[in-house]
Amino acid sequence: MRWMMERMAASDGIDVPIYLGSGHDQDPQDPGEDMAEDLCNNAIEGLKQLLSERSDLGAVAAVKIKQLTADLEAATSVERIKTGFTHFKTEKYEKNPSLFEDLAKEQHPKFMVFACSDSRVCPSHILDFQPGEAFVVRNIANMVPSYDKMRYSGVGAAIEYAVLHLKVDTILVMGHSCCGGIKALMSIPADGTTSSDFIEDWVKICSTAKSKVKEEFKDLDPTDQCTKCEMEAVNVSLGNILTYPFVKAAVMNRTLSLKGGYYNFVKATFDIWCLDHGVSPSVVV
Amino acid sequence: MSGRFNITNACSEKEDLAPVAAAKINEITAQLSTLPDSKPAFDPVDRIKTGFAKFKSEKYSANPALYEELSKGQSPKLMVFACSDSRVCPSHVLDFQPGEAFVVRNVANMVPPFDKVKYAGVGSAIEYAVLHLKVEQIVVIGHSRCGGIKGLMSFPDEGPHTTDFIEDWVKVGLPAKSKVKAESGSASIDDQCVTCEKEAVNVSLANLLTYPFVRNGLLNKTLGLKGAHYDFVNGTFELWGLDFGLSSPA
Repeated sequence: MRWMMERMAASDGIDVPIYLGSGHDQDPQDPGEDMAEDLCNNAIEGLKQLLSERSDLGAVAAVKIKQLTADLEAATSVERIKTGFTHFKTEKYEKNPSLFEDLAKEQHPKFMVFACSDSRVCPSHILDFQPGEAFVVRNIANMVPSYDKMRYSGVGAAIEYAVLHLKVDTILVMGHSCCGGIKALMSIPADGTTSSDFIEDWVKICSTAKSKVKEEFKDLDPTDQCTKCEMEAVNVSLGNILTYPFVKAAVMNRTLSLKGGYYNFVKATFDIWCLDHGVSPSVVV
Repeated sequence: MSGRFNITNACSEKEDLAPVAAAKINEITAQLSTLPDSKPAFDPVDRIKTGFAKFKSEKYSANPALYEELSKGQSPKLMVFACSDSRVCPSHVLDFQPGEAFVVRNVANMVPPFDKVKYAGVGSAIEYAVLHLKVEQIVVIGHSRCGGIKGLMSFPDEGPHTTDFIEDWVKVGLPAKSKVKAESGSASIDDQCVTCEKEAVNVSLANLLTYPFVRNGLLNKTLGLKGAHYDFVNGTFELWGLDFGLSSPA
């Protein structure tokens, strides 16, 4: 079965495509949950019956069922996105016309935030940021590599844009509990052999945090070492941010401040700390 | 003449008053400027504390079952690429709740091609999402008035860069720019940018196919790819799939 995609310009102005099964007329009446389940169960029984009589069809049926499952999953995701946007539009966008009218012209975020890609740590949730408040970079383990035009133009472009064009006041690097990226960093064997295409190479940005933890907290169990490293890695990132000349200049001019943060979702706590890296201008004697 | 006293009129009637008045006015201005600003200065730490307190009381404490579950592990169905722009957070625009979407945000929501040296940041996120979390869909979401795309459309294609990183990064979307210039070169620059915002999403979707684990996921039907464009000027969201002509071996 092949699913066709058609674009639906709904009367409420939401322009989303919908999936329609080609060659299958849908029942205009919603059969209701119970009846739908019965329909499904009957169909499954029918297929089982056929397969028990014709075992030669098993392989073909498996391929077809796999395709159907994939199609249903895709349809579910599309439905989720559609519902989500409708909720946003009616509950936020249409209720705050002046905010969204201002934002349509320009953004003036005061924060730049580095957060992990982890689905549990979105800064809009954790810190209740509203649209327009924070320019956000999300990557594995919320890492900021040092200035490197060749290897890290992605993070570099975001910092350059936030500091020079948007002129944010504060850069917050936010670590979190149970971070898979930090766990990967702490698990890289001592001989340095890696088994992933990218992950280990990326998280090595904060390998000095790992060395520090392994040395200072060698008696802790691996889980507690990871927690220490999640915080230490934030400090390494804060240090790395200072390798960007425009960040250093803004920090020295006091137009930009750097903050570290740590969200522990097991204990529901949030720590914030300021950076004191001795960035005051050197004194000439 | 009304009862309201007018300094300019008074000065023009009695000229010797003018220097005295000017000096007094300057004095008042100086005094006023030393008064503390009645609008409190922005305090980032305070803002962070208030935000977290609100989250904790209204969301975390209100959904103990959800947060207990999430403290054990995450199993998001979606991986989302969105722009760093402060106006387009997917948690707002698509009402994602904690645990629903693994999110990468960078300038102009770009997915560069597989490159271990230049793009380990994006590569590691895709690798983790597809191989470890086993997400079902990757959605790349572009948006209106994107500064990164505007940069891409306006930077000269040749000659030395004027930025340290921005031009180099947004050039990931160069094929989109070339297509728009060739097909819609006569449209206004604003319209060209909108077309490019969408075309760049398609370039990113194509780049996703350069990652072997993404290709495998598509062939095995465990992964799907979607493109999207959020227009915050008109309040619309467009979502599309791409048919790459991937066919399983017969």
